[in-house]
Amino acid sequence: MIVEIDASNVASQIEQRFPSAVEDVTSNTIVIKGNMLLSVAQFLKDTPSLDFSFLNTLVGTDYLDYIEVVYFLESITHQHKIYLKVRIFDREHPIIPSVVSLWKSADYQEREIFDLLGVTFKDHPNMKRIVMWQGFEGHPLRRDFL
Amino acid sequence: MDIGLYSLDEIDARLAEVDEREAQELIDMMASSQKPIPDDLEWLQNGPRNPILGWGQSWSIFPMAFGLACCAFEMMACVFPRFDQARFGMEALRPTPRQADMLLISGTVTWKMAPIVRRLYDQMAEPKWVVAMGACATSGGTFASSYSVVPGVNRILPVDVYIPGCPPRPEAVLNSFLLLKKKIKGEHL
Repeated sequence: MIVEIDASNVASQIEQRFPSAVEDVTSNTIVIKGNMLLSVAQFLKDTPSLDFSFLNTLVGTDYLDYIEVVYFLESITHQHKIYLKVRIFDREHPIIPSVVSLWKSADYQEREIFDLLGVTFKDHPNMKRIVMWQGFEGHPLRRDFL
Repeated sequence: MDIGLYSLDEIDARLAEVDEREAQELIDMMASSQKPIPDDLEWLQNGPRNPILGWGQSWSIFPMAFGLACCAFEMMACVFPRFDQARFGMEALRPTPRQADMLLISGTVTWKMAPIVRRLYDQMAEPKWVVAMGACATSGGTFASSYSVVPGVNRILPVDVYIPGCPPRPEAVLNSFLLLKKKIKGEHL
C-alpha cells in the first residue's frame, strides 16, 4: 500500500536545497513556486531517500484567483506518495515549466491542461490541443469560460 | 531519429495537417447542423414501397456494434441471453457499417465524434435506420447547452426511433426495436 509521506519533512529538505522555493505546506501537500518547479521536481526524483520516480496524475484547477496545477507523485521503491502544487496567478499568460523531461507520463496530461485551462507548459515537445479541436476558442474548464 | 521513410519533422507536419483537416470538417459540420433534421413521417404515412420486402427486412436487421457512451452497456445487455434481442432477428451485431443496416446511437455524441458518426452512417448501405438511444442522443440531455456535445443526434442524422431514459432499460431498447420493425413493415404504431 502506498502511504502519504510527511510533507513537512520533505519541504524542509527542499528548503535546504532551494531556499524560498516552498510557498505553503500541509500534511501531505507542498505548494512551490512555478519558476522553481523543474529543479524541485528533479530534486524529488533524484534524491535516493525520496525517489519519486512515478508521476501518477497531473491535474489543473481554476480557483478564479489563481490556477493550480497538482502533481501526484509516487515512489515505487519506497511505496510513498506526495502532492506537489503550483499556483499560477497570471491568468492572461499562465506559464510554468514542463516536466516531460523527467516524467514521460506528463506529456498528454500537460496537453490536456493546456487545452482545458490554458496553462502553457514551457519546453513541452508538442504543446497543442488534445481534447478540443484546433481553432476552438477559449479554454472550457476555466470558471469564466461562459 | 527517423521512423521509416519520414523524418520526425515531416511526421509532425503531416499530423498538423490531419488535425487541421479534422478541425475544418468539424467546424463545417457545426455550421451545417444548426437546426435538427425533421423526422421522416412520409414513410409512416405511405408504408413501404414493397410490403413483402419490408416484412423481410424487418426480420433481418443487422445492428451495428457501435458504442458511444454509457448507454452502450444497456445495448450490450440487450444482446446477451437475459434480454436476448436474437428473438427479434437482430442478434448479429456487425462491426462494420458496410454490413449493417441499423445504427443504434448509444450515448452522447460529441462534436468531435460527430463527423465520424456521420461518416459511418454514410457508409451504411440503403435501406438504413437510425435509433437514438437515451437522453443524450435524443436531445443532448444534461449536456444540451454544453460546448462539446451535439444537442440531439438528429442534428446530424435523420432518426427513426427515439428511446427516452438515462440510460434506457433493456426492455425499452427492445421496445424500440419492435417499433422500428413496425415502422419498416409500415404498420400503424
